Amino acid sequence: MASTVTKTEVLFGKKMKRKEDPRLITGTATYVDDIQMPGMHHAVILRSPYAAARIKGIDARGALELPGVAAVFTGADVKDVGPVPCGASLPGLRVPHHHVLAQDRTYFVGHPVAVVVATDRYIARDAVDRIEVDWEPLEAVAEPEKALEAGAPAVHPQWPDNKAFDYHQEHGEVDKVFAEADVVVKQRITSQRLIPCAMETRGVVAEWKSGEKSLTIYTSTQIPHLMRSLVAGMLGIPENRLRAVAPEVGGGFGSKLNVYAEEALMGFVAMKTGKPVKWIESRRENMLATTHGRGHVDYYEIAAKKDGTIVGIKLKLIQDVGSYHQLLTPAIPTLSVLMMPGVYRCQNIRADIVGVFTNCVPTDAYRGAGRPEAMHGIERMVDILAAEMKMDPAELRLKNFIQPEEFPYATATGLTYDSGDYAKPLKKALGIAGYAALREEQRAARSAGRLMGIGLSTYGEICAIGPSPATPAGGWESATVRIEPSGKVTVHTGCSPHGQGEETTFAQIAADELGVDFDDIIVLHGDTAIVQYGIGTFGSRGTAIGGTAMYFAIQELKAKIKRFGAMMLDCDDVTFSGGRCVCDKTGKSVSIQEIAAASYRAMKLPPKTEPGLVATYFWEPPNFTFPFGAHVVVTEVDKETGDIEVKRYVAVDDCGKIINPLVVAGQIHGGVAQGLGQALYEEAVYDDSGQLMTGEFMDYCVPKSTMMPWIEDSNTETATPVNPLGVKGVGEAGTIGCSPAVVNSVVDALSPLGVRHIDMPMNREKIWKLVQGGAA
Amino acid sequence: MKRSITLQINGKTHTDEVEPRLLLIHYLREVAGLTGPHIGCETSLCGACTVTVDGKAVKSCTMFAVQADGRDVVTIEGLASNGDLHPLQTAFWEEHGAQCGYCTPGMIMASKQLLERIPHPGEEEIRHGVKGNLCRCTGYQHIVNAVKAAAAKMGA
Amino acid sequence: MIAQNFEYETPSTLEEALELLADGAKALAGGMSLIPLMKLRLAVPERVVDLRRVPGLNSIRVAEGQLHIGAMVTHYELESTPLVRRSSPLLAAAAASIGDVQVRNLGTLGGSIAHADPAADYPAALQALEAVIRIAGKGGERAVSAAEFFVDTFTTALEPGELVVEVSVPVEAAGTGVRYEKCEQLASGFALVGVAARVAKKGGKVSMARVGVTGLAGSSYRAKNVEALLEGTTGSAQDVTRAAAAVAEGKEANSDIHASADYRAHLARVYTARALRAALGTAG
Repeated sequence: MASTVTKTEVLFGKKMKRKEDPRLITGTATYVDDIQMPGMHHAVILRSPYAAARIKGIDARGALELPGVAAVFTGADVKDVGPVPCGASLPGLRVPHHHVLAQDRTYFVGHPVAVVVATDRYIARDAVDRIEVDWEPLEAVAEPEKALEAGAPAVHPQWPDNKAFDYHQEHGEVDKVFAEADVVVKQRITSQRLIPCAMETRGVVAEWKSGEKSLTIYTSTQIPHLMRSLVAGMLGIPENRLRAVAPEVGGGFGSKLNVYAEEALMGFVAMKTGKPVKWIESRRENMLATTHGRGHVDYYEIAAKKDGTIVGIKLKLIQDVGSYHQLLTPAIPTLSVLMMPGVYRCQNIRADIVGVFTNCVPTDAYRGAGRPEAMHGIERMVDILAAEMKMDPAELRLKNFIQPEEFPYATATGLTYDSGDYAKPLKKALGIAGYAALREEQRAARSAGRLMGIGLSTYGEICAIGPSPATPAGGWESATVRIEPSGKVTVHTGCSPHGQGEETTFAQIAADELGVDFDDIIVLHGDTAIVQYGIGTFGSRGTAIGGTAMYFAIQELKAKIKRFGAMMLDCDDVTFSGGRCVCDKTGKSVSIQEIAAASYRAMKLPPKTEPGLVATYFWEPPNFTFPFGAHVVVTEVDKETGDIEVKRYVAVDDCGKIINPLVVAGQIHGGVAQGLGQALYEEAVYDDSGQLMTGEFMDYCVPKSTMMPWIEDSNTETATPVNPLGVKGVGEAGTIGCSPAVVNSVVDALSPLGVRHIDMPMNREKIWKLVQGGAA
Repeated sequence: MKRSITLQINGKTHTDEVEPRLLLIHYLREVAGLTGPHIGCETSLCGACTVTVDGKAVKSCTMFAVQADGRDVVTIEGLASNGDLHPLQTAFWEEHGAQCGYCTPGMIMASKQLLERIPHPGEEEIRHGVKGNLCRCTGYQHIVNAVKAAAAKMGA
Repeated sequence: MIAQNFEYETPSTLEEALELLADGAKALAGGMSLIPLMKLRLAVPERVVDLRRVPGLNSIRVAEGQLHIGAMVTHYELESTPLVRRSSPLLAAAAASIGDVQVRNLGTLGGSIAHADPAADYPAALQALEAVIRIAGKGGERAVSAAEFFVDTFTTALEPGELVVEVSVPVEAAGTGVRYEKCEQLASGFALVGVAARVAKKGGKVSMARVGVTGLAGSSYRAKNVEALLEGTTGSAQDVTRAAAAVAEGKEANSDIHASADYRAHLARVYTARALRAALGTAG
């Protein structure tokens, strides 16, 4: 036995190249559409061309006559499948029965009506055109505020007021502080409907093994385990006979944090036909039928004292639900309410949500899910208040921040913020931007007749979602860590990463903890046949909860390793570090590889110790985590055209401890791109009849490389006490911090014209009109 | 109805009978078994399906396989030589130019075209060069860094 | 995503191609306009004639003061070929502003103009260049001006069975200033409005002004009223603004979710002024 102790380099905090990348950069990763099976059928779905219509009849004979068509299924065939589940519950929630195929009526353009199954996807596509549907178009309503008007068409005839739910939350003495306030500002602020547009659309491959009575569903999802539990119920098969696999997933952003009709439908088709079946969503279908995000109309009021102290916030929130509740639809705006005070010390809040049915595809989680809306609202309102009080927006924020010594801080909405130092990223961002000099430059620009703006946001958010009592389906996460006989390490995480790089960051943590080589660790996920039950990747939870679960599994293993080490070294007190167990007395050591081999060989076992080195840990987090940050944006508006140029983008984000700076920067950049998309370019536009006018990339503007500014990103690091890694989460931060900073900047640019608010997206025509007409 | 086509893909000759309407992307993925190029839209805007045909980057979802008859196609799978990654692949790895990876093969193929035409592009030229490739994950910044790094490597 | 089936022909002579076209087949050049329409089943041709093996459609040559460009020359070839950049920098600039590199690698001049998308880039340049478009049909050849060629949205002077074979533009005289200014529809990359300008000065006065406009109306057009207002002036900033103000007069501006008619007309005025100012800046 060697007596040297290996000193392993600490990987926590290092820019490690990602383990995921070799398969991605060589084109050898396996996404759902890359799966081929012998005899596999292809499915194409016929969707409703009307936002509301009665189906008086369906004639599929023409489709069935086409050689190669194996089957056509319609609503009648699947009336007992489902319903598509809503996982969220609120008092008085109205939940329409959501069939996997429309029955006698359709509720949105893109509503699935029939599915054609054929030997080839080209034939299936041809066959769809040969299905004849006898439609009776009905009146539709696509705008939530219109849907609330008396006499509006009823989306669901049984609920003529189109209300899906009401929700109220209140804390403190709201009426009193508003009555006594020196200043009250009010504003209607919208967060428009957005289309998540993961680059990989949804797709499902289902395979039924009749002999085993088992079904395997490969699906592009963020939540394979939850999908399995729920789809098993929808199909009426035992959960343990359904295997769910999320293979490589090409982005989700919340749109794949769901259980969709098509997942159960393909399972049904595979079981009925006895052949594997593949369905791949087209981009048009993706825009029509995959959940959208946001869809808020918010009426804010904020009360303050003369010195700028914010004393009360009122919010009336109208949430566009769409035609159905998908998995978390009604829960999303409640997250907005939880975050409505932002990073400010305000204990008097009142929020009223009304969820509204419209003849549109359902809304649900989209990057940030409720928090971007909340931060957009409060950060706009703070700027409006600053303008009203003629205060500098940075000063007003500094004045109202919860202070570092106040943590843990109980908010008016019932949360306990874990840790924070909100002034730190703000001061850093202002420093990087050169705030004072920028204001000077702005004065000069204004006197030269130019419209230059400086905007900032100081956001907070809820990450690591979340403690189980606060979530619809359990908020813990799981990990199994296996040290194989050779000493190589296999981690099974219950999360289901899809681009976030957790195969890498988890390996960094495991390498440090176990003292094994980074290359000797692999992280597996996404297959319910391999991985213990898990929750999934969403809500910036992967590393903070999943990583922590793995950390605790490793701690159990380390204890066992030490027992083996003590036995092998014949030593009472051993230390495990750098991949070796060292006898404190003699300095002799054994490597983790030697211990692993001995633990499986099991010639001799330590007392009360089982063979092998495997540990599984389910970690229930005691709290959410609350990252924060400050973004500063400099813009200039072209007076002639209304074009907005983003001249500087400074982002300082505090996501707790940083495991891999490259990955953190990547998450921020991507988040900012989606925030900037919302601020400037993106909007799902439905016309009055409920037709989606932005149903292709030709009309829905996902930011292109040429539209993104250079992001000057950096961080502060405030550890969270919620988990031993000190990490908070970063997946959504960029998005949440971005949109208010950009809008604040453009409003600042136009403020000399009397503009005090602009709704998103701030497209050039809207800005041009403001330049022409002044105040909005 | 079907037609015989013969083309080079990543240096190998392929001959197949195809329907005229078979898109090159479907031919590559489902007939030739090369699933590196992806499909992200149907309007020729996302660029996930980018391959080169006779040295020119094209969107293989906007070309019928019959149009590639007699031509030389290179996909992401053909980029590494003898197991050595192309400098662009290495740079995308080192600079974290990929997140979910779905756009990556097309992005790398478009970048390759760019570096062939502009060996040392600046930021603006890089952004312009990959304008036909949408990425929803990275905000493009690390892609810009990766292309710059690859240019430096290839010019060295 | 999946087109209806069709028959595919690759004729190796122009005569053969014209024969097939006369029979009702649809011409396929680079496919950048046609294939997306076929995939969405908005175009459902029964027979497609791929022109790539037809000889003589790929040439770029200068003869008698004209630059002659074969219909199958790609956007990328136009933007990058030194002869084009030298002889018609305006056409090269219009080509360079189209879509993205993959589209420019395959898309062709002939295919683009035959499709006559009202928001395409070439028509602005071709109007300003007073281009001549050579058209072949089974019955013979004819030539039409750009002004005659672009009739309306997706409608050209091409008769059924006819094919664009060549486009001719004048070799730009030394001292002529040119510019293509485009306000991009950000999602699609097409022009909300695009304005091509050519100007020459003599003795301190604008001696020649040509302005072509795309995106604003159902068809591209040459803004002769703008040209007339500018010619003879000194080309001052005021002259340009006054002339540009007339660009949308008498035109019914397009309106869609990306820009209202009023705003498009306004953009046309702004971009006309910008294109003219830039062109005047380089006119000698």
